[in-house]
Amino acid sequence: MEVTLNHILFLSTALFFIGVYGFLTRRNVITMLMAIELLLNSVNINFIAFNKYLYADKLDGVFFTLFLIAIAAAEASVAIAIIINIYRNYRSIDVDDVDSLKW
Amino acid sequence: MTASSFIFYVLAAFILGSGLLAVTSRKLFRAAIYLLFSLIGIAGLYFWMNYEFIAAVQIVVYVGGIVVLIIFSIFLTHHVGAEMEQPNRLRMGFAALAAFLSFVFCALVISKNEFAIPDQAPVPLTVDRIGMQMLSLTEHGYILPFEVVSMLLLAAMIGCIVIAMKLPEKTS
Repeated sequence: MEVTLNHILFLSTALFFIGVYGFLTRRNVITMLMAIELLLNSVNINFIAFNKYLYADKLDGVFFTLFLIAIAAAEASVAIAIIINIYRNYRSIDVDDVDSLKW
Repeated sequence: MTASSFIFYVLAAFILGSGLLAVTSRKLFRAAIYLLFSLIGIAGLYFWMNYEFIAAVQIVVYVGGIVVLIIFSIFLTHHVGAEMEQPNRLRMGFAALAAFLSFVFCALVISKNEFAIPDQAPVPLTVDRIGMQMLSLTEHGYILPFEVVSMLLLAAMIGCIVIAMKLPEKTS
């Protein structure tokens, strides 16, 4: 059986919803960040697959993937700076413990 | 089944298996290592699609950068080997149900859709094509997003330093 575009889309969809499951169940900020990385990676797989199978003579999917990787790196570094700051103030990085703004 | 499709299914099982372990493992450090394997599998998928440059960027930035950053933050905030508490059963059930139903919906939509694959010879992705188009000022050039992303990275770097900086105690 030949691998078609639909197979790769099934793979990226499954990876996306694994990330969604992790984001909904985890209560620890670092593991939620890891779930977000899985989501971004599934989007990258989609861009590359569409670029390869439908528009092989163009490069736009490649550029979107490159910019997404750069933005994901910026996002992860800012998130980790925030996590370290939260840990310093609350001695915990559980999202249920950080509730100062709750009434 | 050809060797190419066999390699694809092995890679897909590897990516999904380690991704699933990364979101369900209760040991934080192990979850980070499973995430690392999942990202390496995705880089292997890019190699499988003959996009070597993207695979190299994936390995350098994700595996060499982001995962190392995550492991650093785990070491700064946790005891190694400490187990996380079991999440709420009800929340786990509803999250699994929501994720599974959405997956089934999306899979149905994808399987109904037939893509019109154009009949053309594959063009090899060379690095000089990427570089020429990314820094080109003509119509399909990507110089403006390139500059915007460089400003974003600079802003993120300064922002990280300011957020994580420890202010000296006032002695008054």
